Amino acid sequence: MTDSSKPGNAAGLPKTTEAGVSRRDFLNEITFAALGIAAGGSAIVTYGYLEPNVLFEPPTKFRAGAPDLYPVNTVTYLPEQQVYIVRTREGFYAVSAVCTHLGCITQWKPEAEQIACPCHGSKFRADGRKIEGPAPRPLPHFSIGLTPDGELQVDKLETINPNQVLRT
Amino acid sequence: MAASFQQALTHLRSTRVWKSIFRRGPALTNRTRSVAVFGNLFLHFLPAKVREKSLRVRATYYLGSISFLLFAMLTITGILLMFYYHPATPQAYRDMKDLRFVVSNGVFLRNLHRLAAQLMVLAVFAHMFHVFYRGGYKPPHEFNWVIGVVLLLVTLFLSYTGYLLPWDQLAFWAITVGTNIISAMPVLGKYVRFQLLGGTIVGENALLRFYVLHCVVLPLVAIVFVAVHFWRVQKDGGLTVREPDGPQKD
Repeated sequence: MTDSSKPGNAAGLPKTTEAGVSRRDFLNEITFAALGIAAGGSAIVTYGYLEPNVLFEPPTKFRAGAPDLYPVNTVTYLPEQQVYIVRTREGFYAVSAVCTHLGCITQWKPEAEQIACPCHGSKFRADGRKIEGPAPRPLPHFSIGLTPDGELQVDKLETINPNQVLRT
Repeated sequence: MAASFQQALTHLRSTRVWKSIFRRGPALTNRTRSVAVFGNLFLHFLPAKVREKSLRVRATYYLGSISFLLFAMLTITGILLMFYYHPATPQAYRDMKDLRFVVSNGVFLRNLHRLAAQLMVLAVFAHMFHVFYRGGYKPPHEFNWVIGVVLLLVTLFLSYTGYLLPWDQLAFWAITVGTNIISAMPVLGKYVRFQLLGGTIVGENALLRFYVLHCVVLPLVAIVFVAVHFWRVQKDGGLTVREPDGPQKD
């Protein structure tokens, strides 16, 4: 519409700066820059809004009762926590029941002495080692300890080396 | 009888109300017929004229229209289902059961929605195959092909988000597995899964999020893209027409 090289308005002001930027271009640029910043800011706060700060999910640290509840050489499934409490002659360990493939809940098959996943057929030993199937990793071991009053306590946020056993 | 009906119609068209809605006269000539299409919000993105060839009925001809009609049907049945459904645990499962066994004609509506959804995925895929093997992705239709691919993805996401809503075992494990697949995506996977579920497990937040995506966000996206899709069919020169034995025209 206006030629930036032409003389400016009635007051005689130039329509371009010395660097050759016209007033129109300058206003366009700062407008779009401001809109861009506003859009980016909105995206960031919206992302923050959609990310919940408080989760009403089952606690990850739980008590599993007295050690005497678990006979030697048994695998006990705790359905609330989705954890196996395994007791061997050496002691206790806690194995995740969530398949490392796609998150289905596995089942302990006492007759085969295997942990099996119903979704895609992964199989594990009682200590979580993988036997077969699409699962990429063994089942993790969770931190297990005793409370001051002598109950088992498992923390699902802390995974430990599978060699670590809670001796009794 | 016919004469009095014609008379009544003529009278209706001369009323002020009619003239305020339809500002042109009767569509009696080609020009006024075209003007009628151009001047109507709902028709203006359809072609004012179609070639006779593109109307030839074939086995694969109506796939796009079928997809659209299924979408319309899903919108109507979906809105009706929303009157009885609470997206909360464990109420969602009970509402689904109520729709099947308690609500009058509820089982009919629910099954209509469910089967139409499955058919729509099939119809959209069939439409896509048809367009692909017809060479409908070639210039000048490339952009509309991309719009179509987006619509395929929207259809799949609609199908996936709707799958959680009955809140039964099938739904729960399907979404558990599906969102774990998402978390396998490099770098972003875990964040996307967390945002999608609104947490770390498939729970109350996940159900509500999938509900909002299924009932509001994705249908709006679909409507916008469908409008562009139809508009571009016309702007790109109508439906792709191929001679029965010969190279593609246009």
